[in-house]
Amino acid sequence: MTPVSPVTPVSPVTSKRLGTTAKGGGLVLLAAIAVLFPQVLTNPSVTNYGVLALIYVTCASAWNIFSGNTGYISIGQAVFYGSGAYAMGIAARDWHMEGTAVFWLLPLCGAVGAIIAVPFGLIALRVRRHTFIVITIAVFFIFQLMAFNFWFTGGSSGLNSPFLSWPAATYNTPFYYIALAYAAGSVLIAWLVRRSRFGLQLRAIRDDEDRARGLGVKAMRVKLGAFTISGAITAMIGAVWFYYLNQVEPQTGFNPLFDLALVLMVFLGGYGSISGPVLGALIIEPLTLWLNTQPALSGSVSEIMLGAVFLLVVLFMPRGIIPTGGEFITKIRTRGRPAVIPATTIGPASSGPTTPFSSGPPVSSGGAR
Amino acid sequence: MAREITQAIVDGVLIGGVYALMAVGLTLIFGVLDIINIAQGVLVILGAYLSYSLFTKAHIDPFIGLLITIPAMFVIGVFIHWAFISRLRGTERTSMTLLVTYAVGLIIEGILFKIYGADDVQINPRYVNSSVRIFGFYVGWVYIWGFILAVVLVAVVYALLYRTRFGRSVRAVMQDETAARLVGISVNKVAALTFGIGVAVTAAGGEVFGLTNAFNANSGYDLISRLLSIIILGGMGSVGGALGASVFMLTLESVVTIWQPNWAVAVYYAALVIVLVYRPTGLFGRKAVRAQ
Repeated sequence: MTPVSPVTPVSPVTSKRLGTTAKGGGLVLLAAIAVLFPQVLTNPSVTNYGVLALIYVTCASAWNIFSGNTGYISIGQAVFYGSGAYAMGIAARDWHMEGTAVFWLLPLCGAVGAIIAVPFGLIALRVRRHTFIVITIAVFFIFQLMAFNFWFTGGSSGLNSPFLSWPAATYNTPFYYIALAYAAGSVLIAWLVRRSRFGLQLRAIRDDEDRARGLGVKAMRVKLGAFTISGAITAMIGAVWFYYLNQVEPQTGFNPLFDLALVLMVFLGGYGSISGPVLGALIIEPLTLWLNTQPALSGSVSEIMLGAVFLLVVLFMPRGIIPTGGEFITKIRTRGRPAVIPATTIGPASSGPTTPFSSGPPVSSGGAR
Repeated sequence: MAREITQAIVDGVLIGGVYALMAVGLTLIFGVLDIINIAQGVLVILGAYLSYSLFTKAHIDPFIGLLITIPAMFVIGVFIHWAFISRLRGTERTSMTLLVTYAVGLIIEGILFKIYGADDVQINPRYVNSSVRIFGFYVGWVYIWGFILAVVLVAVVYALLYRTRFGRSVRAVMQDETAARLVGISVNKVAALTFGIGVAVTAAGGEVFGLTNAFNANSGYDLISRLLSIIILGGMGSVGGALGASVFMLTLESVVTIWQPNWAVAVYYAALVIVLVYRPTGLFGRKAVRAQ
């Protein structure tokens, strides 16, 4: 939130305490809803929405840990997602693992993601902006190509997972809780990163990398660290996704739409914030799933919709729901008076809350937003 | 063996000319607007489908149909710039434009799927499989015509850039946008026209692509990944670099295909990685990619 100075119209102490209580209560409520969801709505087609939405919450949060904090937009996150899925599939097949034992492989899949992230990052993070985005796209295509052509990836038909002998009626429920655990973990890590010195270094890189470097931030190491964390989380949830769908193909594991969907979710919710990616994923993924089930909108319509929603968001609400909504609430609470009294009268007065933070969320904020 | 390699080189150079055309559009747009147009690949496919429709529905020869498709694609390009790109401002503009063009590409791809379905098609005039024997090598007429077309259009773009008043303002904007604005160049107009021209050349690129390859709405991804590699290799914003890199990469791919048809496309990515690690300005570029 915006820093509160003692002369603001709203009493700072009470409003802050109220805000914290409301936030805590909201979190508890949200957690309760998330945990009870598959117990109340037991219909598999409904829990399916829950599982996939949580998988995307995890991915979007993980994407945001790296890209949201550093400003390096990666469109190659599917590299980790697909690699995790393939690592799980290959390990389960070659080591003849069956039943629930396969879930012990998840940390291994995370390690695979991390191992891929290091050379990927060492090459891609040498360049900035455009070129970085292009390199991530190129690496993404290399991985899709490898999935098509290597002898151990099953070619264009991909891999199938071993059968899990769970009853069909409650098949989704364990997956739901696994995905929920990952989503919670991913958000928690995002929050911890944000609060830490590490997160501050990442955001310093986003604002001005050369200056951050000049101030002693080991830019490459820090960026690579965030990239690796993000990759490991994405690879693990990719493996869960593979087991949930029972199969992976080169086009579904390494799917260009996956990357765009992640970016859309984060931008819709709020780029660089903690709750933004969660909100964005909870809006976009169920919407996409629902659109795909509508017979009238068969085929490529969901693709067109995704692109159109994306354009609308970028053009009309480029900062996302959470920051825009937060500003709106602040405006109502302070009844239009500026929430921050300008420290000096020299230079342009901060008439709107957007001015000082035009490059993203304020660096000074500590808590989850 | 030597014979096969020579044949591959001839093919590569001819196809490289066509890719040069598409890459020039992409690199021009980058140079002037500081944008990577991710939709370029899909726009090439749109150009191919336009030629395909004109040929199958109205029986217009694809090469003559260019008289219709090039202006049409120009208008589409100016529209995309006006509707989406010119509206973006602020610090995150560059990343945003990239995502916007990605989304535009996605929408076009979806529409093409809706209209034409997922089956591969190819533009099939009578002469598509006829070839001519030159020094003992068989070269398809389509490749020769495509190459001539590409050379002519690249020459037109060059003349436009270096022989006209408009070209001078384009180059001025490429060098320093603020200074160009100060001497009275309407940067927005130059940007719109450049985007239009960059997209218009995809009509010709798409036409030749449609004659030489079977394609569907998905083929754009393959194209854009190659084109991006090419313009980075050539040094982003360098028209000459894009020409050189296209011919070089397509020849290399064509030669590698002799031994490893499945992996040939990997030469783009391998070259990209090698160049970025050892020479971040690209093969022909002067401005460091890293500094941007």
